[in-house]
Amino acid sequence: MAETSNAPETVTCTIDGMEITVPKGTRIIDAAAMAGVDVPHYCYHPSLSAPAQCRMCLVEVEKVPKLVPSCSGTVADGNVIHTQSEKALQAREGVLEFYMVNHPLDCPVCDQAGECKLQDYISAEGPAMGRGKEPKRVLGRDDFGGDVLFYADRCVMCTRCVRFMREVAQDERLTVVQRGSRAVIDTFFEEGLEGNLWADNIVDLCPVGALVSKDFLHKARAWDLDRTPSVCPNCSQGCNVRLETRDNQVMRIKPRPNAEVNDHWMCDYGRLNYEWINRGARIEAPLVMDGGRHVSVSWSQALTRLADALRDSTAGVRAVVSPFAANEDLGTLRRVLETVGGGTGVFRCETGEEVPLPGFPTLKLRTDRAANVAGAEAFAFTRAGGTDGTGGIDDVAGHDGVIFVLGDELADAPADFGSRATLFVYVGQFLSPAARNAHFVLPSTTFAEMEGTFTNVQRRVQRFWPALQVPGMARPAWQVLGVLLAGISEDAQVPGTAAEAFAALGAVGAGFAGLGYDDLGAMGRVLPQLGALAEAGD
Amino acid sequence: MAYPYIHPSETRVLSKHFGEPEARTLKGWEARGGYEAARKALSMERSAVVDEVKASGLRGRGGAGFPTGVKWSFMPKKTDKPHFLVCNADESEPGTFKDRELMRWTPHALIEGLLVGAYAIHAEHAYVYIRGEFFEAAQIMARAIEEAYEAGYAGKNVFGLGVDIDITLHLGAGAYICGEETGLLNSLEGRRGEPRMKPPFPAISGAFRFPTAVNNVESLIAAAHVVLNGAAWYKQWGTEKSTGTKLFCVSGHVKRPGNYEVPLGFNFKEFIYDVCGGTPSGRPIKAVIPGGSSVPILTGDELDIGMDYEAMAAAGTMLGCGSVIVMDDTTNIVKQVRRMVDFYAHESCGQCTPCREGTTWAAKILRRIENGRGQPDDLETLLQISENMSGKTICVLSDAAAAPITSSIEKFRGDYEALMAPVPALAAR
Ligand SMILES: Cc1cc2nc3c(=O)[nH]c(=O)nc-3n(C[C@H](O)[C@H](O)[C@H](O)COP(=O)(O)O)c2cc1C
Ligand code: SF4
Ligand code: SF4
Ligand code: SF4
Repeated sequence: MAETSNAPETVTCTIDGMEITVPKGTRIIDAAAMAGVDVPHYCYHPSLSAPAQCRMCLVEVEKVPKLVPSCSGTVADGNVIHTQSEKALQAREGVLEFYMVNHPLDCPVCDQAGECKLQDYISAEGPAMGRGKEPKRVLGRDDFGGDVLFYADRCVMCTRCVRFMREVAQDERLTVVQRGSRAVIDTFFEEGLEGNLWADNIVDLCPVGALVSKDFLHKARAWDLDRTPSVCPNCSQGCNVRLETRDNQVMRIKPRPNAEVNDHWMCDYGRLNYEWINRGARIEAPLVMDGGRHVSVSWSQALTRLADALRDSTAGVRAVVSPFAANEDLGTLRRVLETVGGGTGVFRCETGEEVPLPGFPTLKLRTDRAANVAGAEAFAFTRAGGTDGTGGIDDVAGHDGVIFVLGDELADAPADFGSRATLFVYVGQFLSPAARNAHFVLPSTTFAEMEGTFTNVQRRVQRFWPALQVPGMARPAWQVLGVLLAGISEDAQVPGTAAEAFAALGAVGAGFAGLGYDDLGAMGRVLPQLGALAEAGD
Repeated sequence: MAYPYIHPSETRVLSKHFGEPEARTLKGWEARGGYEAARKALSMERSAVVDEVKASGLRGRGGAGFPTGVKWSFMPKKTDKPHFLVCNADESEPGTFKDRELMRWTPHALIEGLLVGAYAIHAEHAYVYIRGEFFEAAQIMARAIEEAYEAGYAGKNVFGLGVDIDITLHLGAGAYICGEETGLLNSLEGRRGEPRMKPPFPAISGAFRFPTAVNNVESLIAAAHVVLNGAAWYKQWGTEKSTGTKLFCVSGHVKRPGNYEVPLGFNFKEFIYDVCGGTPSGRPIKAVIPGGSSVPILTGDELDIGMDYEAMAAAGTMLGCGSVIVMDDTTNIVKQVRRMVDFYAHESCGQCTPCREGTTWAAKILRRIENGRGQPDDLETLLQISENMSGKTICVLSDAAAAPITSSIEKFRGDYEALMAPVPALAAR
């Protein structure tokens, strides 16, 4: 101990027979997790204070007379900890039995069933038979405002919801009223949670079905959902999420932890704004203008004809892209534009008020209400239009050269948009009136139907994966444009995968050079800021 | 013989002036030698005050019996942040009414105790957290504090000795759990009265997260006597490890219920039969709760023991706060236990699952048994509930609720079984 070192002090302990060395001050429950042991718990949550009140995480520490709550007890050097000793198991079985004194066991009609910590722990460690003979408490349910509904009888009084509102949202809307077994969670005022942008996180935090989402109420059973890691598309924060789907529909969005972006949280705006992903009436086949009307053709026909048309073109190129498109899509389009002599491109993005989460200020509902504004900018597309995401394309509408549209539905465009263009290519999802003027209509996927990446407001590039089936013949835009590119350029290869499309972006995207999917890791990767790149002469 | 009743075997140190209304005034108190103790303490070295109390062996009278001087010695010596003294005057343990009497009759004695304690631990602010229902005691205390301020015995430059000690009276809102020291601190700060996880202990992070000592009313008053008269004087009473005198509050089936002050170690049987006069009807004693509702019950045959911490522990119970509840053989023990468990169920703060759910569940089972609808496996269930409630929670209210269940089933199983018999023998009572 004589020499001083900068390395943090560590302690070594044994957990269920496994020796593990952890930084001094580590909580037993976290040390156990590092050793691969999940200690059952309700009130503990890594991003909230630990009141040590549910008494579910009691473990035995040798030479300590009483059982220790592992959420507040820290590991001391030489501790021998048993999470599965008879004493610990008996205490936890006792706690689980206590929950059953008043829990209604209405699992068949409870939205939490299947992802409920009471079900999980009871089946893992609970008593086989209940001994309760007394009538249970009946409280009913309450509308907490916002998207949150409260089923008081199911509550296990972990106070996670109260602590989230106090510590993270820093907007005390909930409290415990009364005491003893008469204690219930309640709101202070009539408006309850209404108007707080972060309230639905308490639905995620609630370990049981006491707090449920009105939006998801009785919509699907947890075990019928498929879960796909993704990135929230609804603002430039890029919260890490799971798209939870059934029957090829997004049923709900849930946050995935990322300590650098959204911790365990996401906003209600992003969470509940998913119906557009499920929108029907999609373009399902490539269409080519033939004698004044669209006919559907095969992909190879469409792209061969488009390549021929492009090769011969000498006209100037204008593009309109969507900030909801993936880096791969935007970058591949940029490569196409470079190949045909360059061209200017714009994107339109709806904006709104920025709302930070006080307890985790890294997370804000960002002004830009689209996921890939930074991506569009990295590929040299510039912002146009107003704060509602419309306008700004009048000069493109009457352009008499080549027009490329990627992902922008052009819902607000004049009906004669592109009618003077020598070549109008529309890559997108919906056949809007403006799109009907296109010479080529090429159906592409949404982010939910493909693998790809977004660049968030921190310039962090994050991956997402396909959660939904592709409608008809639609393909990711990077694939459509990649085939086209190979058709018009000698040295371009057709990308076989999203990873290949991504790896080819280095020449056109500021900061993307040399990057592959393997470099992104689980938390994404932050690219140098555009300003810094310019100074370095990139 | 004045103050409802005084017995010749009593040793009246703290209760000497009970029944004398003049002792409540500053003038009357000073005429009885008042404020000498506080004056003496404030002229001593602070550490000498702590040492004297430590040497006296005085143990906390709030229930746990932790040595008062030792508790004070845990307070940080540094004075870079504020320290607080908090007097626990919440007195809500069923059967207890000694602090109320101390404050009603000798409010200035408590102020002296506060000055001594605050000085000893470098506190410039002492709070008295008084039970909300103690209207009269609170009024008397408030008046006495006013007098002390007027006389310069509290506030800035106490006794002209250059020491500042403010005293604030704070009324609780009627929750038993606010007598638990950390629940009390939360309540004092304006939060829900919920006990805190320990560590950190109040000496490190107490009121408003600053170093704090929490002491019972009786402990502080006794400490003032110790400082005035010396540790050796105090140790003339009691046993080796349980020194001094203590107030005992007696209720239930005794001829003369009330407060009695005897040296620790006094024979319990003699106390009940002689000092308190035995049962009014002369019927045999069935059971005695020796230290407040939170301690295990003794049977009428287990009373030949000393009234001190060690002897009570040896008998499987606790001296607690010295609240003696006597029950004769007409008592339905199941009903008494149910009544107590109801109390704990009502008073649990509700944080810990075993306490919140265990108390209510046990109360429901006990009520069913009491009503003659008990089932054979109920006792086993009750014992297991008690086991699962003990030693597993943030504070010991849960253990306190389990103690009467376990000890009554152990010692009075017959009472339970009688109620479960086809023709319940005791249900009618
Ligand atoms: C549930 C519960 C209730 C308590 N109520 C009181 C009380 O009313 N008065 C009191 O002095 N101590 C009470 N205590 C004990 C206090 O926590 C604390 O130990 C005491 O005030 C310390 O003072 P002392 O060292 O002078 O005894 C209670 C403890 C518990 C667990
Ligand atoms: S509502 Fe849910 S999160 Fe809130 S205290 Fe109850 S169980 Fe815990
Ligand atoms: S902050 Fe933005 S990225 Fe995060 S959930 Fe809300 S809309 Fe989605
Ligand atoms: S044991 Fe009971 S009273 Fe004490 S903190 Fe836990 S729930 Fe509250």
